[in-house]
Order: sequence, then C-alpha cells, then structure tokens
Amino acid sequence: MENFKEIINFIAAPQIMFTALLAVFFFIFPPTDWLYSINRKLGLHKLWTKGGGIFLLVVTLGFFIFGLTDENFRLIVTKADNVPIVGLLFLVIFLLWLCLFQAENNDKRIAEGKGPMEAEDAKEKVLVWPDLVYIELIALVIVSALTLIWAISLPAPLEGPANPTVSPNPSKAPWYFLGLQEMLVYFDPWIAGVLFPTVIIIGFMAIPFIDNNPKGSGYYTFKERKMAISIFLFLWLLLWLFLIMTGTFLRGPNWNFFGPFEYWDIHKVEVLTNINLSELVYMIWQNKALPDNIFIREMYGFAALGIYFGLLPLILAKTVFRKVYDSLGPFRYSVFIVLLLLAVSLPIKMFLRWGFNIKYIVAIPEFFLNI
Amino acid sequence: MLEKFKQTQFYRAIFRTGGAPIATHKQRILVTLNNVFLHLHPVRIPKHAVKIKYTWCMGGLSFFVFLVLTVTGILLMFYYRPTIEYAYGDVIDMKEQVPLGLMREIHRWNAHLMVITVWLHMFRVFMTGSYKPPREFNWMVGVVLLILTMLLSFTGYLLPWDQLAIWAITVGSNMAGATPMVGAAGPGSSLLAIGDVNFVHSASDARFVMLGGRFVGEGALLRFYVLHCIALPFVIMIFMIVHFWRIRKDGGISGPT
Repeated sequence: MENFKEIINFIAAPQIMFTALLAVFFFIFPPTDWLYSINRKLGLHKLWTKGGGIFLLVVTLGFFIFGLTDENFRLIVTKADNVPIVGLLFLVIFLLWLCLFQAENNDKRIAEGKGPMEAEDAKEKVLVWPDLVYIELIALVIVSALTLIWAISLPAPLEGPANPTVSPNPSKAPWYFLGLQEMLVYFDPWIAGVLFPTVIIIGFMAIPFIDNNPKGSGYYTFKERKMAISIFLFLWLLLWLFLIMTGTFLRGPNWNFFGPFEYWDIHKVEVLTNINLSELVYMIWQNKALPDNIFIREMYGFAALGIYFGLLPLILAKTVFRKVYDSLGPFRYSVFIVLLLLAVSLPIKMFLRWGFNIKYIVAIPEFFLNI
Repeated sequence: MLEKFKQTQFYRAIFRTGGAPIATHKQRILVTLNNVFLHLHPVRIPKHAVKIKYTWCMGGLSFFVFLVLTVTGILLMFYYRPTIEYAYGDVIDMKEQVPLGLMREIHRWNAHLMVITVWLHMFRVFMTGSYKPPREFNWMVGVVLLILTMLLSFTGYLLPWDQLAIWAITVGSNMAGATPMVGAAGPGSSLLAIGDVNFVHSASDARFVMLGGRFVGEGALLRFYVLHCIALPFVIMIFMIVHFWRIRKDGGISGPT
C-alpha cells in the first residue's frame, strides 16, 4: 500500500502528470479528422457511453475513498475552503461526460440524417407555467437544502485575527485564482497576474467572433466542432482546472510540490538551479561573461520571441492551420493565433523549466521586464 | 377555506388571474403574463429547453444563488463593522452571539457555489455553441458577469479580517503592483520619471489605488467592504438585467434551428 502511495506521489508531480495528460489529451479530444479517426480506432470515444461514465465514476470515487484513508490526503481535501473544489472536480467530470455522451448520440443521429435530439424535442412546445416554473422551484429547493446541510455540517473557516507581521506558509490566494498563482512558478507577476488575466478576458470575449463555424449552435455535438471544442477543453481543463487543482492540493510550504499522500514538511528542500536563456547561451555554451549592453545580452531571447510570435503564425497558416486560415481570413486568424500562442506559451515555459531549468527567455531585471 | 379566500376582493386585487382554478390553456398563459417575476420568461418554450440534461440549470441557479447571497449579505451587514478594531470580533459574534449563527456559513458556501455555477454555466453555453450568432453580445456580457462574480468573491474574502483573508488578498493585490507601467514593481514603471523623481512608486501605483494604502490595512478593508456590499452588486445587477433581457431579444434559449 505504501508503495502504491509512493507511486501516486511520484506521478502527481506536475512534470509527469501534465506531460502525461498533454500526451493523451488530443487523442481523447481530437481537434482534426486524422486524430478523430485514431480516437475511433483506439476506442477512446467509449468513455462517453454509459459504461464509460460508470468507469469514470468508479475510478475517481475509488481514488477519493482510498485517499481518504490516508491522513495527509484527508488533511488537504477536507480543509473547509477546499471542499468546493472537490465538488467542482466531480461536477466537471460528470458534466463533461454528460455533454459528450449527448454529443456522441447526436453525431450518430446526424450521420444517419436524423438531426440532433434537441431538434426532435424542440418540435414540441411547452408552457412556462407550469412546466418550467415547477422545475425551477424543485431546483431551488434542492440547492437550498444542499447548501443548508453544507452550512450546518461545515463551519466557515476562520483563522486567527489578521496579523501583518506573521505570514502563513504557504500564503494562498482564494482557490479560483490559484491557477494564476500556480503560473507564478513559470512567469513573473506582470505576466501571470496582469497580462494573462487580461488576455483570458479578451480571448473569451473574442470566441464568438473567431469561431465562425455556423454548425453546432443550440445542440451538443463534437464532430461538427472538433477544433473549437478541443481547444476550449484544453484551456478549461488543462490550463485552468488542472493548475487550480495543483495549486490547491499539491502546493505546500514555500510553494514546493507535495504528492497527495505526502506530509507537508516545511523543511523540504528543492534544488533551484534555474538560469536565464542569456546565461545559458553566453556563460555555459560560449563560456564568456554576459555582455554589458542589454540588447546584445538579450538578443537571443528577443529573436526567440520574434520567431514565436512573428514567424510561427505564418508557418502554421501554411501547414497545420491551413484550413483554419482559409476559413478565418487574415484578421481573424491573426487574433486567433496570437491568443492561442499566448496560451501555449504556458506549457512551453513549463517544459523549458523542467527540461532545461530555464527561468527567463528575456531577462531585464533593470526594468522588471522578465519574460 | 383557501378557495373562499381566493374569491375575496383582497386576493383578486393582488393576483389578476383571480381565484378561478387554473385549468385552461389560456389561464396558464395568463399566469406567466400577469406576473412581473414570471414574465422574465417567455410563455411558451421548446421542450428541449426544460430538460436538465440540456441546460444543467446552471444559469438559473447562478441567479438564485446570487439572490441568496444578497439576502444573507444584508443580514450579515447588520452585525458587521468594517474597521480593524471590530471586524474580526463581529465575525466571531455572528457565530457565537447571533441566534442560529449560520448566516456566514450560508453566505460563504453559496459564494463558492456561485463561482462554480457561473463557470459551469459558461461551460454548458460553450458546449452547446450558444455563443454563436445572434448571441455573441450576450456571451460578452456573460464574460463580464463572470469577472464581476470573481471580483465579488475576492472582495468578500477580505472581510472576516483573519489571517486567511489578509494574506490571500496580499497575494492577490501584489499582482496589481506588477502591472506594466502603472505598478511600482511592474515593467517600465521606472521609465516614468523625471531625473530621480519617480511618478510610479508604492504610494501612487495601481496596487495603492486598489488597497487605499501601501499594505492590506484599514483603507483596504473599507474599500473592499464598499466594493463588496454596494459597488459591485450595483454593477453586476445592471449587467444581469442586460443579460436576461438579451436572452429574450436574441430569441430565447438557444436551440437547433
């Protein structure tokens, strides 16, 4: 049993967990026809059947029940403010299954020329009173009852009175911002805390203008909107919820990583050997001192950024995203690709950190400008 | 007895449909039309719109949870004083001195719940492609509501004035100090200077504006209290009105055409 826990602790490290999830992600949620056919061949779409749903439930529930027997696991998961996140985790898995279950069903119906299930239902009209009003009433009563039970059984957390001279370790933001706080590991605050939230807001508002696919409006489908759904789930599940879960459950004192069954040892030491790209190029590869001129020192970083945001969109437009470019046109494509590259820069920065210990691509601490 | 009451002038003055039992199609329609609260809804809707598996109920629940939060929040305001001397003690008294001291629990868990239901509502709206024309604008209003929900939750997080509160807000507000150009620790702020005189420093930057001080103290508590109880609810209600109105104007709930 202890060995099993050790293995889970090992796998849960973001380096391994994130890489593994990323490796299987686009097979489970295939964005292109080619990946879609592989998904069918591997039978991964069977996750979105009734059997698959039971499988998902048993695995997640089993893991939690097993985990609760462990003291360290119990301590983190049952912390009052963490309870809603556990609820969120189960809800998201269930609702993900629910919408893809209906999407699979609808895709089958559409392939047979029958139109989605919702269209079948929509032929019939019902009156708001009583058909909708009563459903609303029942929903309100159930939710009120649930929150009342929740409020009675779980006291709202209250720690000692505020003391500006004693900072808790770790100091954590409210859980819904922990994705952003987790990004602080890989980016400076001006990117993780200011630029990315702004880009997320603008990016979300831009969705209806970027996604010009007229299909799939008002019913569940996967096949008709593969690319859109795949990218959205990538952002929502992997870059938002995964980071929140990691930040909440797996980050202990000094923001060090702790496995789900690991004791939060305040003295855990992690080797920090991070270096900047400029140091790597000049000091390690060329064995020279860093140049005094900031622009010469950072030119490789600027070149990398220039290629990433300048050249890469052009290359992608001619290759992987040729179809996307054709349907979006130059302006929409530019907005889309810049937003996407900004989002993808997070996993890239993660892998640069894990693989090469790179801290900053461009490091100009003179002006607090570190990228 | 009840039937008799329904025939009185008093009852009929309140409910325009009068006391007759609601049996016919026309009467059912009138129930919705003659009620200011119910007439947010259309009278007739397609059947897929009442199915939980389609809507997940998340939008409606977000609104309901918001109402619960408003009511419990008003009750909490009777007992809470937003000053450093009293805030923490008042929060303890809410549990110890107030009969059935459950209001803060209900408020806090519903606050978490609202963040969750708003996220899941957005998830559902995306998965059904409901942001597609003609609903683009309402999706954008929804994004604003999402941000306001998180800001409401964030500002409320400070009010208990315990260790959890001030350090969470410290972590959050430090980010504002890193805003490019206008944050003291942000890139470019040191460029906004004449000679040795910096325009952007820790007593003039974005973080200072947010906290009303250099650190999370008296100024921040009052500022967050006003934002949480008055300013943000006021703004979110305006956006909610637009959101609900646009649902109707954009053709009601999304569905296959």
